[in-house]
Amino acid sequence: AAVTLAFLPRLALAAAQSTDEAIMAFTKGATPTEGTVSLDTPEIAENGNTVPVGVSVDSPMTADNYVESVLILADGNPNPAVATFHFTALSGVAEAKTRIRLAKTQNVIAVARMNDGSVFIDRKEVKVTIGGCGG
Amino acid sequence: GSWSRLMAQQSLTEDQLLAMDPKGKLTLVHITDIHAQLKPLYFREPSINLGIGEVAGQPPHVTGADFLKLYNIAPGSPDAYALTSEDYVALARSYGRMGGLDRIATVIRRIRAERGDDNVLLLDGGDTWQGSFTSNATLGQDMVTVMNALKPDAMTGHWEFTYGTDRVKEIIDGLPFAFLGSNIYDAEWDEPAFEAWRMYERGGARVAVIGQAFPYTPIANPRWMIPDWSFGIKEEDIAAHVEEAIAEGADVVVLLSHNGFDVDRKLASRVDGIDVILTGHTHDALPEPVIVNNTLVIASGSNGKFLSRIDLDVQDGKVTSYAHRLIPIFSDVITPDAEMSALIDEVRAPYEADLQRVLGRTESLLYRRGNFNGTFDDLICQALLSERDAEIALSPGFRWGTTLLPGQDITFEDVHNACAMTYPAAYRTAMTGQMLKDILEDVGDNLFNPDPYYQQGGDMVRVGGMGYTIDPSKSIGERISAMTLLSTGEAIDPAREYIVAGWASVNEGTEGPPIAEVVEAHLSKNPVVVLPDNQSVKLAG
Amino acid sequence: MADNKPRVKVPKKAAKGEVIAIKTLISHPMESGQRKDKAGNLVPRQIINKFTCEFNGQVVFTCDMDPAVSANPYLEFNVRVDEPGTFKFTWVDDDGSIYEAVNSIAVE
Ligand SMILES: [Mn+2]
Ligand SMILES: [Mn+2]
Repeated sequence: AAVTLAFLPRLALAAAQSTDEAIMAFTKGATPTEGTVSLDTPEIAENGNTVPVGVSVDSPMTADNYVESVLILADGNPNPAVATFHFTALSGVAEAKTRIRLAKTQNVIAVARMNDGSVFIDRKEVKVTIGGCGG
Repeated sequence: GSWSRLMAQQSLTEDQLLAMDPKGKLTLVHITDIHAQLKPLYFREPSINLGIGEVAGQPPHVTGADFLKLYNIAPGSPDAYALTSEDYVALARSYGRMGGLDRIATVIRRIRAERGDDNVLLLDGGDTWQGSFTSNATLGQDMVTVMNALKPDAMTGHWEFTYGTDRVKEIIDGLPFAFLGSNIYDAEWDEPAFEAWRMYERGGARVAVIGQAFPYTPIANPRWMIPDWSFGIKEEDIAAHVEEAIAEGADVVVLLSHNGFDVDRKLASRVDGIDVILTGHTHDALPEPVIVNNTLVIASGSNGKFLSRIDLDVQDGKVTSYAHRLIPIFSDVITPDAEMSALIDEVRAPYEADLQRVLGRTESLLYRRGNFNGTFDDLICQALLSERDAEIALSPGFRWGTTLLPGQDITFEDVHNACAMTYPAAYRTAMTGQMLKDILEDVGDNLFNPDPYYQQGGDMVRVGGMGYTIDPSKSIGERISAMTLLSTGEAIDPAREYIVAGWASVNEGTEGPPIAEVVEAHLSKNPVVVLPDNQSVKLAG
Repeated sequence: MADNKPRVKVPKKAAKGEVIAIKTLISHPMESGQRKDKAGNLVPRQIINKFTCEFNGQVVFTCDMDPAVSANPYLEFNVRVDEPGTFKFTWVDDDGSIYEAVNSIAVE
């Protein structure tokens, strides 16, 4: 395996490793399950410099059952870190939106950590295109 | 001429074209993708329109003889001429031109008379204001004036937006009907920028019409012209509007869409409660609805060649049955509406002398529509290569642009029908072989991505001076191979720079003469056009 | 940095217990630290790295930002409003600057 990895572009390898590392640091080593958290991203970015990203987590958001944080990553950027939202019971609902930079077509990843330590993940591919055609 | 008119009139009458067994009280009339074509024209449907993945071999990805077989249409019949490219030139000489908004006015007037004004909804799917010299010269006003006279109830848009934010706002402010765009948001605060849907009372029913503009307008067309607006498919917004409409008592829910056929077919499978999707953008003309998840998906063609009439029987708040007819607008058969003819002549009058100016003559069929190349684009590519002194030419795979028959004069108007847009600069630049490959791969994925939500409509970018092989079934980065510089027969070198000329760049500040002037200059030196079939794109897989 | 003007959209009033949406924008280049200037030198990173929303002195939502957040950072989030009061929004710049906005809300 080490031989194969040596042929990967160095940056891509670094990003892939640091995406996993960032997830594990956030989840404190737990492997996140799919579901519960969902990402809202465009299929194709209108502008790679400002791509809308929304996240929502299915949670009652009560004092003893709420979403603590959601980590947003972009696994094809030179540095996958994007942002981390921190919610409270006063958030009412665990939803947030921001706008991010995507260097190329890649996955946007959201990892949600609940107050009981359980962790969930969603992934959406966003295409960054050259553009220009028409029907 | 009179000969073709006679032929057509012998086999067809206006009453036959309009005849259908009515259903219920409500009628929807749909027209879309007129591309500013006021006058009758020739428009050859594609001979190749590949579908990838689940939609392979499904309408609209059926062409030619297969199309005739699928819909049980006799070869050589009027429908065969209107709907396919089979035997196109001979049938065009028999049946004559199609479309013309004065003929469409007649059809709409007759449908309203038959069904009653209060029972008909006229809906325009967009790509209405762009596509001709006069629409460019008047910033869409010629089309706005003429369409207003047809009294539509609502429209949505795509190429409309290429007149820029201010002009679009100015026109919409003056429209006597709704411009609907559920999927358009203000880019700064992410709030709805357009009216999303409207309720109409027609035929004793409450009909909600939701508008869906072309989702990829700021990608396929210059974003810098509409920096304040953000688009997207936004399927969950449509679902929310359907629920709202039903909550407000809608008996019928219609999506007036410019998504493109495959996007709408997928959307219909995922969003419940839409009775009818009137689809546009991909310019497909289908003689029957495609039914998905109880939704009728209706494709009404382009360039004013067709108009769809859909009768709906609504009982107890539900559509119980329907009747549908895709009405082909044979211009020699349908009597022009005199008032509309006069209005069209009036808006064209200031430009008429220019429009008729003859620039050359073609001995070959000149058309654009088709996945890979069209002879009109070959002409444009030749013009770019010679007039811009380039090794390689790129021409966008638009689905608009009219057809010329062998022996026809090429007029100033014809050239503009193929080139009319608000960002026409014919650039000349150096690109590496790798950049050229990346462009072909990118456009190829916009066309052939197996997930329709990643498709932008349009066809493959046209190439002059270079050949290549494409395998549409592969994924991005792997579709294009065997790129060859035709002048030398050498393989394209990823590292070498090539001089490339093209037009319709979405980048702000692109420099160069307008493409129509480039074509005109080329025709002045080469006034007789002979274009053999283009063999430079090979299909693999 | 005098031009980092924050803008917020907060409803003027809400029903008790209502969950309201808040939108915020602030002008800022979000210099990523990866861009080169014309001379080919890396432009040093300078971003807004933290946003906080407090309601009546209590933190209700925060966001840690990395250089992949777009210029003029936009945030939209929700707050459950149980009482009238004041929102305080704070943006923290890499250079230590702090930008603030304050909005009050009535509860019916
Ligand atoms: Mn169109
Ligand atoms: Mn279109």
